[in-house]
Amino acid sequence: MRAYDLIELAGRNLREAGLRNSLTTLGIGVGVASLVAMLSLGIGLQKLATRQLGRSGLFDTVVVTSRQDSRGPRFAQAAPVTAQAKPLDDVARHSFEQMPNVVEVYPNFSAVGDVRLETDKTGNHFTVVGTLPQSARTSEAFDDVQGSFFSSGVAEEAIILGDFGRDLLNLPREPRGTDVKLTKDQADQLLGKYVVLRYHRREAGESAPLAGKTTKKGQADPDDVDSPDDIKAEDAQSFNLVPKQLKLKIVGIVSSEPNRGLRQGRTPVFLPLALAESLDMVQAGELWSTLRPSESKTYIALIVRVGKSKAVSQVEDEIRKQGFSTFSILDASKGITRFFTFLDLFLGIFGSLALAVASLGIVNTLVMAILERRREIGIMKALGASDGDVKRIFFFEAGAMGILGGALGAGLGWTIGRVINFATNIYLQRQDIKPENFWVVPVWLVAAALGFSVFVSMFAGLYPASRAARLDPVQALRHD
Amino acid sequence: MATNGTEFESVRTVSVVRHYKLGRSLIPAVDGVSLAAGRGEFIALLGASGSGKSTLLNLIAGLDRPDSGAIVVEGADLATMTSEQLAQYRRHTVGMVFQSFNLVPTMTLYENVELPMRFAEVKRKERRARVVEALERVGLSDRMKHRPSEMSGGEQQRAALARALANRPKLLLADEPTGNLDSKTGTEIMDLIRELNRTLEMTVIMVTHERPLAERYANRLVFLGDGKLVGELENTKLEKIGAAR
Repeated sequence: MRAYDLIELAGRNLREAGLRNSLTTLGIGVGVASLVAMLSLGIGLQKLATRQLGRSGLFDTVVVTSRQDSRGPRFAQAAPVTAQAKPLDDVARHSFEQMPNVVEVYPNFSAVGDVRLETDKTGNHFTVVGTLPQSARTSEAFDDVQGSFFSSGVAEEAIILGDFGRDLLNLPREPRGTDVKLTKDQADQLLGKYVVLRYHRREAGESAPLAGKTTKKGQADPDDVDSPDDIKAEDAQSFNLVPKQLKLKIVGIVSSEPNRGLRQGRTPVFLPLALAESLDMVQAGELWSTLRPSESKTYIALIVRVGKSKAVSQVEDEIRKQGFSTFSILDASKGITRFFTFLDLFLGIFGSLALAVASLGIVNTLVMAILERRREIGIMKALGASDGDVKRIFFFEAGAMGILGGALGAGLGWTIGRVINFATNIYLQRQDIKPENFWVVPVWLVAAALGFSVFVSMFAGLYPASRAARLDPVQALRHD
Repeated sequence: MATNGTEFESVRTVSVVRHYKLGRSLIPAVDGVSLAAGRGEFIALLGASGSGKSTLLNLIAGLDRPDSGAIVVEGADLATMTSEQLAQYRRHTVGMVFQSFNLVPTMTLYENVELPMRFAEVKRKERRARVVEALERVGLSDRMKHRPSEMSGGEQQRAALARALANRPKLLLADEPTGNLDSKTGTEIMDLIRELNRTLEMTVIMVTHERPLAERYANRLVFLGDGKLVGELENTKLEKIGAAR
């Protein structure tokens, strides 16, 4: 039998028992819709979680420290012993930048300085100063920024935390570590104003007032530590700390630390990264480097940002092979991925249950149709329909119900998702929370749901179709 | 008058046996029937109910398979065919009419006549011409859009005849074609069958239990009893009756 005849015959059969077939199709639709809805929720939640985590900078960053010292996070994983320990300098930084999937590499910068309002002559706000790369603009901390991000990487501008803003305004302190959002009035008193940053610049030289003399770490005999005479001149490294000050314009106030990532301690003031690097500020962990000679400038720690969180472990491995220690929250993120895989699986199973029930509906409808169309099947066979023809007609009917039900269900699932997104967002907005889409219906899910629905329907049609094909025409045509 | 030689043979059954299981016992519905029909012959199978005449007809129609023996139609043995080959045989070689007409009630007359051509994969363009031709032959060309329920019994049986003709078969099998009709319409249908038998040179095998009807139209009467062939009769009165009409 030709395809168009098959379609026509199956189509007219479906129309003849219109109500029953519509209800069956609707059943499949509801089944598919529940599957789509469940999986959309799973996918939506997963996307939401990875988006949040991604923006927190936790799961796509690798902290790299040198094996030569222990300045980095104590929990950093050491490189294989076989690898040669190397200084964490610009050569290393450049080589990380060249690795595939690496988005950017920037120093983990943490200096100490005094920051006060230009107009404030009395206040003394000794604080930690950090930096932000330009990519931090997308960090979730900037979702509710008052003011803006840095105008450029070298702009003499500062972004401060809300609670530090209160300090600057000499308002009472909030409990340490709480996220503070300034009132518009308070923010207006700070935005566009200038602060003065007093810091120490590190300069090479020996005669400056704050010169430090050091020896190679571990080379000094323990018995002789008190003897300055043992310092060999060629091993000595010295630098001067020159007090400097710089006027910075406050451009933005955030309530939580941007790119919190793996940073230790609380950093309330941020400068643009390139600006800070050009200032040669003495950093908090700098004392280590004063104890060890080095030919060029080294970093305490480098932050390597990876484009895909999946690539984190690969990047980490490569860096470790080069002889550095690394740290990332990869294992935690692996756990989260596993959690969502299970969540999707469970939601999928629950969603499929409805579809399974619906597929029983198909079996029922088609078996009923066989009983009802017994004589018709007999007639068709007497007129020359082969077993295969009869089977194909029933099979096609099941498939058609599957396609229609699948399309209906995918549409329904999508609509349900839309409605729920809409409703939850209204609720979230009332709670003053940024709206989020919990429900994500990707195109592949719609296509897969449709395909699955057709597959399940055809599977459900197998038994009725073969039963119809096996029907004995003599029995079917026996007049009673 | 049809010829009865083997080279002009349409149907031959050789010791055909068909049993039915009824509980534990085997009921021989057809028990070793050997029969031959020449091309263009009109044969009436006569017998009481349960004599096996309908079973024999179903066997010749390829709707059922014999337990033993051979059924050779137009040179091919049905007993050795696969079910797909049997379906093809039903499609192209046989046309059937039944006592209860067996039109598909949800289809129009046109669609009913078109149905066997769908299975025979006749091209769409050709179908229309063939449906019209078949319906003209039975005088129903103005009822194409009607459903069976809108037609009288006689009209329905004529429609069934048109459907049986759709694939231009060589053999027409009729199972009590007038059983559900009054005598007047029954006569009309029988006249139509005889006309097809003569003009299209179709072999006709008709099951009936009305001997007068058989004597009036068939050129050979075959009597079955308890699944066995109990007698054959060449119909000598036929020409006279035919001439008298």
